[in-house]
Amino acid sequence: PPLLVVPGADPSARQLCFAWGPAEALVCETLFGSRGTGEGGPSSSRLFVVRKDQDIYIQTLRKLFNESHGIFIGLQRSEEELAGKSRKAQLVQVSKNYRSVIRACMEDMHQAAISARDPALHSQYSTQVSILSAMELIWNLCEILFVEAAAAGPLLLRLLDWVRLHVCDVDNMVREVLSSENPSKHELFWNVVDVFVLQGRMDEARHLLSKEVSANPTSVNMYKILDDLMKKMPVPSLSNTQTLTEMELKWQHWHEECQRYLQDGTFASNSHMESICKILLGDEDAILEKKELLTTWYHFLVTRLLYSHPTVKPMELRFYAQSSMDLFLGGESSPEPLDTILMAAFEFEMHQVIKECSIALSNWWFVAHLTDLLDHCKLLQSHNLYFGSNMREFLLLEYASGLFSHHSLWQLGVDYFDHCPEYGRVYLELHIERIPLNTEQKALKVLRICEQRQMHEQVRSICKIMAMKALRNNRLGSALSWSIRAKDAAFATLISDRFLKDYCERGSFSDLDLIDNLGPSMLLSDRLTFLGKYREFHRLYGEKRFSEAARLLLMLMTARIAPRSFWMTLLTDALPLLEQKEVIFSAEQTYELMRCLEDLTTGKSDKQKFQEDDVETMKVEMLRLALARNLARVIIKEGTLEGS
Amino acid sequence: MDMQFLDQERIVVASSTGTVTIFRHHQNNQTLSANQRWEKAHYHVDQDTSCGGAACTGVICNNPEIVTVGEDGRINLFRADQKDAVRSIDNADSSTLHAVTFLRTNEILTVNSIGQLKIWDLRQQRNEPSQIFSLTGDRVPLHCVDRHPNQQHIVATGGQDGMLSIWDIRQGTMPVSLLNAHEAEMWEVHFHPSKPDHLFTCSEDGSLWHWDTSTDVSEKPSFLHQGGRSSTYFSHNAINQSVVSAWLSNDPTKDRMEITNLIPNQTLSVNSLDVLGPCLVYGTDAEAIYVNRQLFA
Repeated sequence: PPLLVVPGADPSARQLCFAWGPAEALVCETLFGSRGTGEGGPSSSRLFVVRKDQDIYIQTLRKLFNESHGIFIGLQRSEEELAGKSRKAQLVQVSKNYRSVIRACMEDMHQAAISARDPALHSQYSTQVSILSAMELIWNLCEILFVEAAAAGPLLLRLLDWVRLHVCDVDNMVREVLSSENPSKHELFWNVVDVFVLQGRMDEARHLLSKEVSANPTSVNMYKILDDLMKKMPVPSLSNTQTLTEMELKWQHWHEECQRYLQDGTFASNSHMESICKILLGDEDAILEKKELLTTWYHFLVTRLLYSHPTVKPMELRFYAQSSMDLFLGGESSPEPLDTILMAAFEFEMHQVIKECSIALSNWWFVAHLTDLLDHCKLLQSHNLYFGSNMREFLLLEYASGLFSHHSLWQLGVDYFDHCPEYGRVYLELHIERIPLNTEQKALKVLRICEQRQMHEQVRSICKIMAMKALRNNRLGSALSWSIRAKDAAFATLISDRFLKDYCERGSFSDLDLIDNLGPSMLLSDRLTFLGKYREFHRLYGEKRFSEAARLLLMLMTARIAPRSFWMTLLTDALPLLEQKEVIFSAEQTYELMRCLEDLTTGKSDKQKFQEDDVETMKVEMLRLALARNLARVIIKEGTLEGS
Repeated sequence: MDMQFLDQERIVVASSTGTVTIFRHHQNNQTLSANQRWEKAHYHVDQDTSCGGAACTGVICNNPEIVTVGEDGRINLFRADQKDAVRSIDNADSSTLHAVTFLRTNEILTVNSIGQLKIWDLRQQRNEPSQIFSLTGDRVPLHCVDRHPNQQHIVATGGQDGMLSIWDIRQGTMPVSLLNAHEAEMWEVHFHPSKPDHLFTCSEDGSLWHWDTSTDVSEKPSFLHQGGRSSTYFSHNAINQSVVSAWLSNDPTKDRMEITNLIPNQTLSVNSLDVLGPCLVYGTDAEAIYVNRQLFA
């Protein structure tokens, strides 16, 4: 594995410590100097975040992740009841969709590379373009061999399409020659004809050849024969008009005809046409001569197959592939990772393909989606990996975990976890709690995800975090709305205590709009109910509805809604009511008040009474006096007969 | 987190860092440049750190005035080209203010996360709302608000439970009708500016609904068309009916309301939408923006 140096971290100056996270590692400078030198300097420690997956931060790849997410979900939701051909057609369509997304991304990346001013950025984008192109190449081959599982006959046609699509080094040359005024006089003319023949593009080759012969009438005979041969060449058909054996017979016949013309020396005077005839006969040396035009060993393979074994069966591919690669590379260069992957595909070793791709590519996107598709084609035997889940699930879990470290792509990861039956939920539970919640809207989205999946623990914990944050910022209304969402009575009590504390300190309520409009959420916690009712008491007092206020006050204490600690304040609030000119409290009520006061004072030990300051004792004295006076007045009032 | 056109060229953008920026759109080369910025328009006063930014959740413009609201419960009134805020109501709300809209030239409407709709009169100097409306029952947070373009007393709000509420500001403190709509938070609600019988809502559940209350005269039962006099009477009645908006009728089943989901296969949340003429634009959590140019085709 490559050694990665963390820029700025210097182990010779300070000792470093580290900790693993879900997608990254934290490296921290400690206070200790390097070994043997004792204490380091008192300067502040720096913290490094080491991330291994850089790809998710590349702008243009985001489209790839988002679009492929949509295709993935569509595939998971698609009807399984379609059987046989229609299901296969559906899966091929999904594969094509994935490929078109890769191509679109390649286009964007290409545009970005062209317009990039910074050379480092330009080279990074260009590398990305070639990686994406390789991915599409591999995916296309897998689609032909595994998803569509093309049979002998159509297999060759698909492979021809594949080669034509992906070998584009020669496109410039082709364009140049075709657009020139006199193509046949162009120096690269025969190269282009050869390219067409090698790629099996017979019509285009014949069209170009006709131009040549009109300029050079001496070779008209040769041309006619060659043209005829090329026109008559049998190719496998996609429709059922001919069986494989019929085609093979025709082809054998045609092959012999070509052989005869070559041996007769018909093309002896024109080396170009002779070499074309040899190619038509499938002469390996003749084809290999055109190495520069083939550019890759798999092009060589397909051309070879076209001209020597057009009815090749899928299982026979591996032999031809191995020999093609050996012949083409000729021992000069060793196979590159891409070559090994393609070879594994030709050998129908799906697991090998996935393994090699995982090693070669820098993130899990490709293997995760390809494996999922192959799994839907029922091609992967579900042999369990040693830690329990199968390969598809393992790759999807790895991919989705990588997404979670991104501030926006984590939402895609949720859906991927949903479709991992064994460990998806556990992974989701662990990851979703660690998403940084910097706005309320983000927190709401996370909460909605948790609620939809009945992850109650996570709901509670997230609401608590948001409520605590709100409380610290003095946003008591927000804190209350979070505790209502989590139905968290304990927190609601905490908030009410905070309100009451503010009231005791300041003598007035803050955030009246909240307390006055609590509505049914008041019942969430006892303390909250008390707060609402206490505020109502103040309102009644303000509106001079004294008897109602008095009744409410008393009810707060006798029904034990008010916390014990608050009783003193409540009794003190009762003082002005007791001192009113008009008698408000009835005898019963006054007895109740006195009982409450006694409850309060007798509860204290002697030591406490000794430590109480004068204000407290004075308050109690005043209360006792007021209560006694009120009692006196009310007894007289109640005892007096009305009238007369 | 919200944006709005200030005039033909300038766009006001509210950010989750608490900054409000005015961008200028240059038509000739299709670029944007930041014209003016108010940093820390919204902030929390934290005891530990000094002034962390708070998300600015809503912005509304009435050239040259700009009103913003945020998670800090603050309402700011800015004027384009003036460096400082014209007015700032601190702690206007003890909970988060989610959205704001103009009711009249000097009055704004805000919705908050304890289910209250508040009217503020900006001419008055006191920092109290002039009126408070709230939902009955549970105090479900309200996330969006929009006012009927022609009839200024009709207001629509969307809540966290996906419910659409229609309010008549002139009467009562409770909504006129509650319509069960989406399965998750309703992020935005918009009346169509030129065809106010059409309303659009988008939600976290990934759907975008088109509410159509326009009643077609020709679709009424045919027996009412018989006879010259009764038909003229009827058409007069129909005109009257459209003046008393279909939104305020208490029985949504009587007047036909057509509701269509405009998204064929929904996956992730639709966060925002806007509508003008025959065009509809909406953005989703899949980092994609969709444009529909034939809304009424």
